[in-house]
Amino acid sequence: MSIEILKAGIADSIQDTGRYGYQFQGINPAGVMDPLAAMVANFLVGNPAGEAVIEFHFPAAVLQFDKTMIGALSGADFSASIHGIDIPLNTPFLITKGDILQFTHLQNGACCYLALRGGLAIEPWLNSKSTNAAAAMGGWCGRFLKKGDVLPVQDTTDYAEAISHSKEKTLPWKLYLKDFYRTNQPVRLLSGHEWELLTEESKLKLLKSAFTISAQSNRMAYRLQGGRLQTINPVSMLSSAVTKGTLQLLPNGQLALLMAEHQTTGGYPRIAHVISADVPVLAQSGPLSSIHFTLVSQQTATQAFKKQQDALYSMQKGCDLQLNRWLINFSL
Amino acid sequence: MKLSNQFPYSLYQLGDHAVTIELGFTMDETTHEKVMQVFQYLQLQKTPEIRDIIPAYASVSIVFDLYKLMLDYPELTENPMMERVNDLLAGFVPSDLVRGTLKRIPVCYDLSLALDMEAMASQKKMFISDLVELHLSVIYKVYMIGFIPGFAYMGKVPDLLVTPRKAEPRRRVEAGSIGIAGAQTGIYPLACPGGWNIIGRTPLQMFDANRQKPVLLEPGDRVQFEPVSLKDFNLLNHRI
Repeated sequence: MSIEILKAGIADSIQDTGRYGYQFQGINPAGVMDPLAAMVANFLVGNPAGEAVIEFHFPAAVLQFDKTMIGALSGADFSASIHGIDIPLNTPFLITKGDILQFTHLQNGACCYLALRGGLAIEPWLNSKSTNAAAAMGGWCGRFLKKGDVLPVQDTTDYAEAISHSKEKTLPWKLYLKDFYRTNQPVRLLSGHEWELLTEESKLKLLKSAFTISAQSNRMAYRLQGGRLQTINPVSMLSSAVTKGTLQLLPNGQLALLMAEHQTTGGYPRIAHVISADVPVLAQSGPLSSIHFTLVSQQTATQAFKKQQDALYSMQKGCDLQLNRWLINFSL
Repeated sequence: MKLSNQFPYSLYQLGDHAVTIELGFTMDETTHEKVMQVFQYLQLQKTPEIRDIIPAYASVSIVFDLYKLMLDYPELTENPMMERVNDLLAGFVPSDLVRGTLKRIPVCYDLSLALDMEAMASQKKMFISDLVELHLSVIYKVYMIGFIPGFAYMGKVPDLLVTPRKAEPRRRVEAGSIGIAGAQTGIYPLACPGGWNIIGRTPLQMFDANRQKPVLLEPGDRVQFEPVSLKDFNLLNHRI
């Protein structure tokens, strides 16, 4: 009962919501780039928010399933299909033994998530199934997925009879996430502890000009191309904690925006931090995307995140209801 | 006694889901003792909305599960995170510090492993043997673990050994390499890019994911380096 990687993608890995509790040992949390999409994919198949998913980057892997399963995709649209049938995002779909899932075109976004009902049957490392690239641990052998990898799944249920009664490859309900991703709007920042060390000109540059996510960006950090920023005086700092969304000013005046695989500590000025509610839209802004920034208050940040999470968990209830109603028809 | 009466501190946010408690501004033992006291106190207070507590040279940061915090503490409405941190710190009672342990770490200073030793010696106009003696002359304190899994930031090295980071970082520093950056000395637990001046290598596995405790050193530990020959290094080195 497993999934085989028939062809490797460029950077596909197993992730969950992150490995927390070990940062004092330098063990970074890793986890999904877009927590919102990963949650949605999990909710659609009846999994808890923190179940492990496969995170795909484009070009993505080709996979084959060796049993019937229920899956869901969310996040980036990579034109997923199974034997020529389109598999849309944000709706549960039925998998038949032998199905081959592939992703053919990058339509939009940067990270696509596949959740499978019941999750992946892999051993957690330090309480998490996330792949930690630095330690080469967690996930599948601590690395990106390779051709020939066979990932065991948890679910042993046979859906063959249910599938034979279904005309469509997808189940008849869908989530709409447009409102969750603020596209074409500035990414919201909270000022950081070293914000005031910036020159006035640099503050304006950060808030008024566009930055491009460099092609050298990865799961650790986005390198931003744009105007160089300066501090009033040279800054020498003792290392201390950094976190997801921290915007660091590098010695050459360029910016590094820390993402899911960020290190635990750093010694560069932390001029600002992306708010949690905007991490998903940032995660889906791939290389060469242009972004703007704006400053908001902690209250705005907190409320935006609460609103987003409240909405997600109420969608979870709807998903569970629909799925259970469908499964019960087949005494599953 | 309130924390503020004992140790002056200030708080600042690290984005919307983390807070840093700043207890000083320098790398020194007194500041670090405060760091460890607050760190150990907070570890005992750890509630489910707290994801991580990260001690550093002069600060302790708390990383929150922001949504869980809001659900578990609905009475905190203004700025739930700062209110929660203030509540936690209000209950601070100084207690006996759990002292770290003294760990002996074998180091081979052979020039085949100590890639920057010759450059340091010529820049400082010192003998290599004196640089080695200086590095061995101090029992170092582990101030923090950070950067990558298990990387120990230790200090302070004797003034004569203080050397700035390399202008051009190496693309790959081997696991076990011991480096100097400013007044800090550290051990690379894993092979990775790095800009510290490499003066030796330990055969010990500083990070082993399959050990029950993957990381050998913890904040607050003390480290005594012990010189070993290249022959002994090779005998002890079981790294694959």
